[in-house]
Amino acid sequence: MTSGATPPLLALRGVSRRFGAVRALIDVDLEIRAGRVIALVGDNGAGKTTLVNVVSGVDPPDVGVIEWEGRPVRITHPRDAQALGIATVHQDLALCENLDVVGNVFLGREIHSYGFLDEPVMENRTRDLFRMLSARVPDLRLPVATLSGGQRQTVAISRSLLGQPKLILLDEPTAALGVEQTAHVLECIDDMRDRGLGVLLITHDLGVVKAIADRVSVLRLGRNNGFFDVNTTSQEDIVSSITGATHSDFKYCEQDEIDWEL
Amino acid sequence: MRRPRNAAPGECGGRPPTKNARSAVIKRAAVNRHLATFGRRLKAGELGSVPVLLGLAAIWMVFQALNSQFLSARNLSNISVDMVGTGMIAVGIVFVLLLGEIDLSVGSVSGLAAAAFAVLNVNLGMAEGVAALVAILVGSATGVVQGFFFAKVGVPSFVVTLAGLLSWNGLMLYILGSTGTINLDDEGLVALLTSYYFNDVAVAYTLAAAGTAAYFLVSYHDSRCRRSLGLGSRPLGDIALHTAMVAVAVFAAAYVLNRFQGLPLALLIFLLVVIALECILRRTLYGRAIYALGGGVEAARKAGLKVAWVRISVFTISGTMAAVGGLFLASRVASASQTSGSGNLLINAIAAAVIGGTSLFGGRGSTWSALLGALVIQSIASGVALMGVPTAAEYMITGGVLLLAVVIDSLSRRAQKAHGRI
Repeated sequence: MTSGATPPLLALRGVSRRFGAVRALIDVDLEIRAGRVIALVGDNGAGKTTLVNVVSGVDPPDVGVIEWEGRPVRITHPRDAQALGIATVHQDLALCENLDVVGNVFLGREIHSYGFLDEPVMENRTRDLFRMLSARVPDLRLPVATLSGGQRQTVAISRSLLGQPKLILLDEPTAALGVEQTAHVLECIDDMRDRGLGVLLITHDLGVVKAIADRVSVLRLGRNNGFFDVNTTSQEDIVSSITGATHSDFKYCEQDEIDWEL
Repeated sequence: MRRPRNAAPGECGGRPPTKNARSAVIKRAAVNRHLATFGRRLKAGELGSVPVLLGLAAIWMVFQALNSQFLSARNLSNISVDMVGTGMIAVGIVFVLLLGEIDLSVGSVSGLAAAAFAVLNVNLGMAEGVAALVAILVGSATGVVQGFFFAKVGVPSFVVTLAGLLSWNGLMLYILGSTGTINLDDEGLVALLTSYYFNDVAVAYTLAAAGTAAYFLVSYHDSRCRRSLGLGSRPLGDIALHTAMVAVAVFAAAYVLNRFQGLPLALLIFLLVVIALECILRRTLYGRAIYALGGGVEAARKAGLKVAWVRISVFTISGTMAAVGGLFLASRVASASQTSGSGNLLINAIAAAVIGGTSLFGGRGSTWSALLGALVIQSIASGVALMGVPTAAEYMITGGVLLLAVVIDSLSRRAQKAHGRI
């Protein structure tokens, strides 16, 4: 057992969030380790995006503990998450259409002296980031509104890598993309894992899960409904867990967790 | 041999191109790129201040054709002073429009500030500087209140400021009481705001030269910073061309103003305010946050910007600028009365911002649009007054121009949508 030696990068314990009468998350547990890609799957309305909002500080939980590298933390504002080293690519990408690429990449983290923006330095660093991702955008000074879906995704991902985060949350990064662009995003994710980042990948596409993820966590109607090792689990098992054909009980999950640690 | 004899040396096989030919090719490429960029912008609906400059030229030509006094130095100088009050208010409106919101209370707030100043200074004998400061702070306070209800309570800005329009007007009538019109001191500081001219011709020319030099130095410095980091930078020729255009504009203005009484103090203050606030919008963290909110509130929130704070501060700026504008308007007529800030002042201020090219839909605009728009509106008012036609015509023409500006705004937005933007 090694689980005592290195605590997980991020752990959620018993996290719940309700919106009025709707219980979006009920007693959810999740662990993410450095250098691993965890896929979070589930049907529409299962609470995947709410979970991302909880971790990224957009929507703090009502109940539950969030542990970061083994110690409990409070994430009540996007700034808290950023300060810890959690970067988020939201499903809607959260880009400001009227700002240019550089403005969006640095939004909320602008380089400045005495409040005055240092545009050349920001543009330079954006260029380096794009080179690192081997991404192409026609002009870093174009408003984001002029870019294609794939290019916007690249902008959002580059932005998430800016502060040298330890954990990246990707909410459906490939949903709107074509085959080639999806392959490129998956390469980026692979690259992040190689550099030792923890990745939480939300997706509907089980092909993507099979291609890139190490572990799968299934949410169903706001509750945990199974953790699987991608390499040893058949796609059918995951599907039946998503649709609710099987209710994986919690003991089995914990057993599974230990197996993975060994 | 099919190659034409006068082909450029560089295009002949074998020999390396001469330096001249190469630089000519590079220049041509640069010009083509510029034209292409301009064409793309035009198609994509990024017109900037082109329509308003064309419109201004058209308005000036029409009124000059109808009355040869219109483009006289005296009339243009008067226009440049008359537009300052509305223009100051419009600068505040630009900030609010950048968020995609509206402030309907600015007319009432300007009247309230003028009345507060008059009562404090004339009736209660407070020192003029202090009274003016208090009046401006009253304007800021109205903005804080409205911003709070909008940003923290969540009442739509349209409704909050509509309530403000009534309330602040009521407050103004209350503090004026039964006094009616209060005349300001003709020799006082506030009266001088719009009656003082720098009679020395050297002042206007020196400032024109300084402005041109500053424009060149800032552009050159930016370009050098970018080049030192290996980023694409504006070629020197491009900077020189723009500097020349700026020089022509400011020296022509200085020449015309000097032919009357010289540079008006009011115009100088207005220009400084426009430039300073434009600098804040374009070059600071705070300005970036304003544009970001206009481009997507949710995105700004997720990026960790303090949305509520920015919103309250923007309404505070709007209230402050409305108060400043109110003082300039009171200065122009050397009095404050129960009609201060009423009539079509509100509509004119909003129209000025929109006519100048600031979008009603948020996220696009600049403080220069307040200046250009105010110039258009004051030109129409002046032209109509010169012709001796009733105010009815002025209202209709201004309304028509406003409609035209909003149509251009909406069409450019549609062009942007067609280009897959927004």
